[in-house]
Amino acid sequence: MIEIKDLHKSYKMGSNSLHVLKGINFNIEDGELVAIMGSSGSGKSTLLNILGMLDGADSGEYTLDGVPIKNLSETKAALYRNKFLGFVFQSFNLINYKSALENVALPLYYQKVPRKERQEKAMQYLDKVGLKPWAHHLPSELSGGQKQRVAIARAMAAEPKVLLADEPTGALDSKTSYEVMALIQKINDEGNTILVVTHEEDIAHMCKRIVHLKDGVIVEDKKIEQVRAEQYV
Amino acid sequence: MWLFDRDLWFEIFHTLGKNMFRTFLTMLGVIFAMIILVLLLGSANGMSNGFNKLFAGTASNSLFVWGQQTSMPYKGFERGRRIRYKIEDAEILKKQIPEIEVLAPRIELGSHRGVVTVYRNGQTSGSSVYGDFPEIDNITKKKLVEGRFLNQTDIDDSKKVCVIGEETYKLLFDKGEEAIGQEIRINGIYFSVVGIYKPNNNINIDGENAVFIPFTTFQKAFNSGDRMGWMAIAVEEGTQVAVVEKQIKDILKLKYDIHPDDERAIGSFDMSEIFNNITAFTTVLKGFSFFVGIFTLLAGVIAISNILLITVKERTKEIGVRRALGATPKIVKRQIVVEAIVLTAFAGLVGFAIAVGILSIMNSMWGSGDDFPFVNPMISVPQFIVSFILMVGLSVLIGLLPANRAVKVRPIEALREE
Repeated sequence: MIEIKDLHKSYKMGSNSLHVLKGINFNIEDGELVAIMGSSGSGKSTLLNILGMLDGADSGEYTLDGVPIKNLSETKAALYRNKFLGFVFQSFNLINYKSALENVALPLYYQKVPRKERQEKAMQYLDKVGLKPWAHHLPSELSGGQKQRVAIARAMAAEPKVLLADEPTGALDSKTSYEVMALIQKINDEGNTILVVTHEEDIAHMCKRIVHLKDGVIVEDKKIEQVRAEQYV
Repeated sequence: MWLFDRDLWFEIFHTLGKNMFRTFLTMLGVIFAMIILVLLLGSANGMSNGFNKLFAGTASNSLFVWGQQTSMPYKGFERGRRIRYKIEDAEILKKQIPEIEVLAPRIELGSHRGVVTVYRNGQTSGSSVYGDFPEIDNITKKKLVEGRFLNQTDIDDSKKVCVIGEETYKLLFDKGEEAIGQEIRINGIYFSVVGIYKPNNNINIDGENAVFIPFTTFQKAFNSGDRMGWMAIAVEEGTQVAVVEKQIKDILKLKYDIHPDDERAIGSFDMSEIFNNITAFTTVLKGFSFFVGIFTLLAGVIAISNILLITVKERTKEIGVRRALGATPKIVKRQIVVEAIVLTAFAGLVGFAIAVGILSIMNSMWGSGDDFPFVNPMISVPQFIVSFILMVGLSVLIGLLPANRAVKVRPIEALREE
């Protein structure tokens, strides 16, 4: 699903440049649930941004579902993001004046799905994350866990090839974190490819594979025995 | 065509509607600007209409010509000679200058602006007495309170009839007394009253205390022969009054042996000059109002742009999310520009409605007053359309500013955690 070869990225900070990614190589197969771990400054967020087409790499190859991702214009990047990727953020990033349902329907709007169909589909995904009764509530009326579930529903609504989650549990307490992870596991069980960036060991161990990043290189890449999150809920 | 994309409009109204307070604040500037623009333009129009009403009944393309004294000796004549026209001059002028539409000769009893004693049943009035042709009514319209003005039959039969001013009526008759059919006496000759006119606020050349009798009757009754006092002349629409004025003077100078450079021998008054001055005044006033209004509007639209800029900053994250979810820069830009247009257009309409309301109130308070030139203050449809198009055009240009700012922010920066 994702192929990365010798990915480099550096940021210019005044006169000196900061080499963040120093040649990353890895592949993600269809249906994997991968945790990218690393302390802050290890380059994990930069990697995720490049994978998410929010940022471009300096050199190296990135292929997503057979499509080479290179030198994208903003418009093309937006189209690819919409078609291939679903995002889940640490701070949820729901649009605060839109109801849960409208938030979930938003990527479908950019896919030019007709309104009625959009609403139905959004409702279906809200139901999947167990928030159908909250469909018409504003984000401010939802708890943190609920917000993240809405965000996951929104990311899934566009039926992306890969779900990218940037510290999805970073702003949640551990019980809610496990709830969210249980949901992510459930989605993965259905065959979706998911990438989770985290610095929490327990969250990482709920994935099926852990990629350890340190100072811009992969220091460890191992398949693990998945810890099911339901048992903690 | 995106213009008919229901989803886009839904999205925009939704966004604006969910942020009512912000939307309202944003619109305030344009609402006020539009109110000011419409009020200014409307008032200028009202003033223009008021002047038009004031001068209704006076032909704007007219002039008056009378004889004065020569100021230069010529062909053996000494200076200071009084110029007296003859009735035949009217025919000569009409024949030689085809641009003359109406030429009404007039003769006055006594000297110019002189006063003659008019008697009736022991009451008297000092009035001007004019011998006129009915055509004069085409140049300075008389507002008749009762009866009729002089007509062609009066001229043909030299009838001893007269039309009197309201002022004259008050002097000669008791209040409420029937005047039509009554006789008044001028220089020992009786005339029967056929009409009474009222001063009508327009340029009043004849005064309010005057008696009009048929020209032919005047000739016989007062033995004026072929003399003619002055002429009221209306020229064809589209012809410069000044040009005709010069032609008339040239002909008369030749006929009466007046020095070609003598400016004082022939008196004249060009009515169109007054109208031109007033038209120029109201045009300048309208132009000025439009100018001020448009700049106020510009300020209002800039205020919208400003607030949109601020909200774009505030919405950086939202825009970042939208773009992460697949909104192309074009879509983001379009949404912000259309938001600017919708805000401006809606605010403009609200301001317009308020201003029209104020104008109607003003109209009902002062609109009918005869003493102040202010009638039907309202902006015209073309004025409205022009200002509206201008406003929306400006809002597109100025909406692009925040829109460009919005797409300049890269989604990654917008989404960066604090």
